Amino acid sequence: MTSPLPSVKTPATSPATPSAKPPGARPVSRVRRQLPTSPWLFAAPGLLVVGIFILYPFVSTLVNAFTDRRTLIPGTFVGLDNFRELLHDDMFWTGLRNSVLYMVGVVPALVLLPLLLALLVQKNIPGITFFRSAFYTPVVASIVVVGLIWVWLLDERGLVNAVLEAVGIGRVGFLSDQWLLLLSAMAVTVWKGLGYYMIIYLAALANVPRELHEAAAVDGAGAVRRFFTVTVPAVRSTMVLVAALSSVAAFKVFSEVYLMAGPNGGPAGEDTTLVMLVQRTGTGLTGRVGYASAISVVVFVITVALMLLVLRADRKEDA
Amino acid sequence: MSVTEDVRAEETPAAGPVRRRRAPRVTDDNGKRIRVWELVLRYVLLLAVLAITIGPFLWQLSTSLKGTHEDIFSSPPKFLPGSPTLHNYERVANTIPVWDYAFNSLKVATANVVTNCVGSALAGYALARLRYRGRRTATLVFILAMLVPVESIVIAQFTTMRELGLNNTLIGVVLPACIAAMNVLLMRNAFLNLPYEIEEAAFVDGANAWQRFLRIALPSVKGTLAVVAIFAFMGAWDDFLWPLIVLSDPAKFTLTIGLNYLHGTFANDERLVAAGTIIAVAPLIILFACLQRYFFRGVGEGAVKG
Repeated sequence: MTSPLPSVKTPATSPATPSAKPPGARPVSRVRRQLPTSPWLFAAPGLLVVGIFILYPFVSTLVNAFTDRRTLIPGTFVGLDNFRELLHDDMFWTGLRNSVLYMVGVVPALVLLPLLLALLVQKNIPGITFFRSAFYTPVVASIVVVGLIWVWLLDERGLVNAVLEAVGIGRVGFLSDQWLLLLSAMAVTVWKGLGYYMIIYLAALANVPRELHEAAAVDGAGAVRRFFTVTVPAVRSTMVLVAALSSVAAFKVFSEVYLMAGPNGGPAGEDTTLVMLVQRTGTGLTGRVGYASAISVVVFVITVALMLLVLRADRKEDA
Repeated sequence: MSVTEDVRAEETPAAGPVRRRRAPRVTDDNGKRIRVWELVLRYVLLLAVLAITIGPFLWQLSTSLKGTHEDIFSSPPKFLPGSPTLHNYERVANTIPVWDYAFNSLKVATANVVTNCVGSALAGYALARLRYRGRRTATLVFILAMLVPVESIVIAQFTTMRELGLNNTLIGVVLPACIAAMNVLLMRNAFLNLPYEIEEAAFVDGANAWQRFLRIALPSVKGTLAVVAIFAFMGAWDDFLWPLIVLSDPAKFTLTIGLNYLHGTFANDERLVAAGTIIAVAPLIILFACLQRYFFRGVGEGAVKG
């Protein structure tokens, strides 16, 4: 995490103001006389963009959540009506259930599998750089490309089913059953995330002291035992970081399910996730901006709560 | 991050302690010999994972090269096209303006790279090096902005864009992420890690903030700038949710939205969709192959940042 206080590296002799012109300085170039050097000018573009397109929409989301605003109608203050409506909206509960299920399914896999993968590519055996890069490739591909590749692979007549049939298992409707589809989408998320978290774990593993492994090996601990007694404790804080990153990302899932189940999340919307519901409710000319904002607030609150929860769990175990 | 060091170490295997890995026998980090069965097991597992991660891309490529008369549904499957043809790429260009979409994506991605590099370098420098009242507040603004999940504000971003009259334009696609808070903080950290003394000397020599920024600080943070550039390009090229919301006119689609449209309209023509996805993914895979080091470095820096 970022340390929010910048002034650590400032030496005592730091210049008073950057724009002050020291007396007797030789003329350096024309640039100096032409360009104003106010610090705010440096920060202005960034502050403007972030202010207009992140912070203002954030405040506006909070305000809109208490109105009945639509795309073309300004709307009026309606108090907690939107949130009351949420409680009785089956689609909201379906979305919440699917987003939570998604997280529960994806996070353990993304905490564990990339760690095993990192251990597999950690040793510098010939050709290992190629394998590391190859395993990272799904990360650089667009989620749309990845989604469509897997839609075709998992198709009723696609490669996976052709293989399953050839080995005598028979064809499986991965994309037609509500639960299988959600499970397939989770698998795609895990597949795309493996390489990313593998790199994070590799960095952590490089910092594990070799002596620990050697000592454990001398004491007669096998590979599995060493994994649990040496590796896992040593990279535990990285595991917490991965859990935090992946749970927040999984809860906000949109693209995978949108592409595999269709814009409506299946025939009756049974595979809708919360962010899909936000997108579907709030966009277009008839979009219910107010109601979609209320769902957005729920997404925001749960996301922040998740982050705090995981980080707190980390601190507790440390104590 | 040590990932970078690791990757670099391999590029120059002759350097320092890494040398012993060059020994004729395969050894582990301690210089101990790896047993043969363990090595075989490792390669078997590596190849298995390779098949899972790269296989799907190759299958898509293979499908896109299969002609209209070739059965793509056979079981057992045929992995290689019988008579490879580029016909599907021609067809996809006749079905949707795929090259226009690719050009739109390129425009959006390029703009995103330029604005992020310039904007976050400037703001990062202001946060790290310049002294003024309100600097802590400015830093806090960027930290807060980084923590807001984009998914929870897209609807408001959309209404903001409508208020500005920029919905359904490529400018509207670029703007919200054109100077990402995370990049500003990345650049800030890079500038903070530079030794202060050099800039101080320049200041004594009469260089103003612009000169110190352009001639001394900026050339020293090229690595981080490259990371920002690559991730800005990848982010814009791959983005889906925001362009999907802000673009409604098919003439202005980017590649990802165009692919989604192709999939929604011609889902039953797998060869066509396959050709489209290969067009969308090829540039990034090439970029990645050329600039791996920065991709890996970016993961390290981004993850630490959260």
